[in-house]
Amino acid sequence: MSDQPRGKLKIFMGYAAGVGKTYKMLEEAQDLKASGVDIVVGYFEPHGRKETIAKTEGLEMVPRKNVQYRDSIFEEMDTDAILARHPRVCVVDEFPHTNVPGSERDKRWEDVEVLLAAGIDVLTTMNIQHLESLNDHIWQISGIRVRETIPDWVVQQADDVVMVDLTPRALLNRLQRGVVYERQKAELALQNFFREQTLVALRELALRQAAHEVEHRLVDDQAPLQPSDGALAVPRKHHKILVLITADPKTAMVIRRAKRVSDFLGAECFAVSVQPTGDLSGLPAADREAVERHLNFARNLHIETRILEGDDVASTLVDFGRRNQVTQIFLTRPHRKAWSPVLSRDPAQRVLGLAKDMLIVIVSDREPVSQ
Amino acid sequence: MPAEIRRKTPEDYLRECQAEEEATASQKQGHLKIFLGYASGVGKSYRMLDEARRRRERGQDVVVGAMQSQVPEEVEPLLRKLQVVPLKVINGGTAVDVEALILRHPAVCIIDGLAYDNPPGSRNPTRWQDVKDLLEAGINVVASINIQYIDELRERVEAITGKHVDQIVPLSFIQSADEVEIVDAPPEAPMERSADEQVEIRKREDRLSKLRELALVVTADIVDHQLSDYLERHAIKQHFGAHERILVCITPRANLQEMMEIAQITARRFHGDLIVAYVKQASISPEDQSALDARLAIANAAGAHIEILEGSDPAEAILAFARSRGITQLFVGHSQRTGFARLKGSPLDKLIWEGHGIDVCVFPQ
Repeated sequence: MSDQPRGKLKIFMGYAAGVGKTYKMLEEAQDLKASGVDIVVGYFEPHGRKETIAKTEGLEMVPRKNVQYRDSIFEEMDTDAILARHPRVCVVDEFPHTNVPGSERDKRWEDVEVLLAAGIDVLTTMNIQHLESLNDHIWQISGIRVRETIPDWVVQQADDVVMVDLTPRALLNRLQRGVVYERQKAELALQNFFREQTLVALRELALRQAAHEVEHRLVDDQAPLQPSDGALAVPRKHHKILVLITADPKTAMVIRRAKRVSDFLGAECFAVSVQPTGDLSGLPAADREAVERHLNFARNLHIETRILEGDDVASTLVDFGRRNQVTQIFLTRPHRKAWSPVLSRDPAQRVLGLAKDMLIVIVSDREPVSQ
Repeated sequence: MPAEIRRKTPEDYLRECQAEEEATASQKQGHLKIFLGYASGVGKSYRMLDEARRRRERGQDVVVGAMQSQVPEEVEPLLRKLQVVPLKVINGGTAVDVEALILRHPAVCIIDGLAYDNPPGSRNPTRWQDVKDLLEAGINVVASINIQYIDELRERVEAITGKHVDQIVPLSFIQSADEVEIVDAPPEAPMERSADEQVEIRKREDRLSKLRELALVVTADIVDHQLSDYLERHAIKQHFGAHERILVCITPRANLQEMMEIAQITARRFHGDLIVAYVKQASISPEDQSALDARLAIANAAGAHIEILEGSDPAEAILAFARSRGITQLFVGHSQRTGFARLKGSPLDKLIWEGHGIDVCVFPQ
């Protein structure tokens, strides 16, 4: 099984519950079945939608697995059963789903990884809200911190990302007519995704992401879209982005932003924490836990991390940057109290003073648009 | 008022939506929905007719005003269930029979291929103008078009395909639609072929991917346009940051070459906007003025749009402008910070502190 070529992943991307991702995916599944492809449904969330349920007709379903958690039984996708059945293609709804505790893997996307590794092609669905690097943007747009996120690299390695589009007006019409089932409605309302302008902004975000995913997969990546306005022919420059990791809760935001920018620029990205001892042993427990969490978070996003030894955070960081030909350093905005122009001890302030020969990016907080 | 909106329930939104719908329906002008695709074969006709079917099932009076003569296999059963008003033959060519449609006056009319030119002697030179007439007559229209045929995109499309198209629709007409939806699908992978054919297939796939990217970006731009309209209509001052917008600030000592290089590649990769600005200063030394002029020349040569800002406090002028334009990334030079500026806190401090939702990228001078 190890010499199996990896399966292909296709993601149907939307911007809200009810735009028709699952419907579109099942339509494709039916087409594949009609052309003789061995396809099964590994997980499908019916939500009581008649038209969508009708689209599963004639498709083989792999029964779900019961997982007990506390006093309840939960149903999850049965990855082992799918592996045993080993179809050519498997349909898996709700890519960002978090499995119930006690499942073999935490996340459905990890289950999908297992299927792909076994050479099974997967069709799946997700909304733009769940892309990790957009988490702060989503917060800005909707005031919602989405908890179930998918690291960007998981989406990047998909063979295709298809935009499932629907205008917000049509979506609101569907809600009105009750085509979108109750749970989805509740979900949308609960998540503040109901406002028309929020839906419009999410849709725009999804369209731009889909465009990026297409560009990312272009074979000839040299000149993606020729700017029409006679812009300079920009020579390809190698960018290296360095992120400072601290215990500051805003670090997660800087990591996301740095990763997003480096993905778009095709840059390398690494993250470092600076500690006098070269490890985290000298930190108070709460800080150690926070720094560790941020380092883990960066690693989960496929960012290389390191702990540097140094008493002076700013100069150690800048030295490391210079030695490694770093082109941009990403930092959190300093705490206002510490923002004294003279004799500041805040790392951001000091880095700005020390590294006037480098590009320093101060990542701003993104606060929800009050509306 | 913003505070009121926050407390609305989903039902309120539905009611609003309904009221708006009814208001639209009672107006004379028909509602236009356009399905946008990047190539033929992505499934626009199917989506359009599927929409027609749904509307008919909901009891709406739907007719087909124009459909391509050869429809894909999966479209046929949908088409068979709908009433078709045939095209009119004029001088050996065909055109939408606008008069017949206005007489028949359905609630919804399906018009495939917006970009067709009409034969000489027709009511209008082009089909999209026929659609305008239908809308004016109060008929709702569901239409489709490929991005190749949008006038403003022609140059970019031709650079990708190497093909020239004559039939065009102005972008303003597409933007005027009440709804625009993209029909997205990856380029279809053909069967295994010989090595030579593989190269050709690869090239074709490449071209199609570029068109697809363009279609997605154009749709996003149309959506952005609608969002700005919405925010303006509702007097919402803030921006959502769904679109990356870079503002490069020119100062006499800025290393503009480097700033512009990174700004351009960032704008291009994010499909974002790039604006260059400088703050006009009342008293400026001749050296600074010539340094500034040299930098403006660089920005001009790069084809950048340059905004001239005014205000006694440069940082404040930049922030006000950035907020009004929904800037997400501000490119500035490192602070020179000498003498009293150090004690006061530099303009850079202010930009970092007060630019909410705006990343500040500080460049070497």
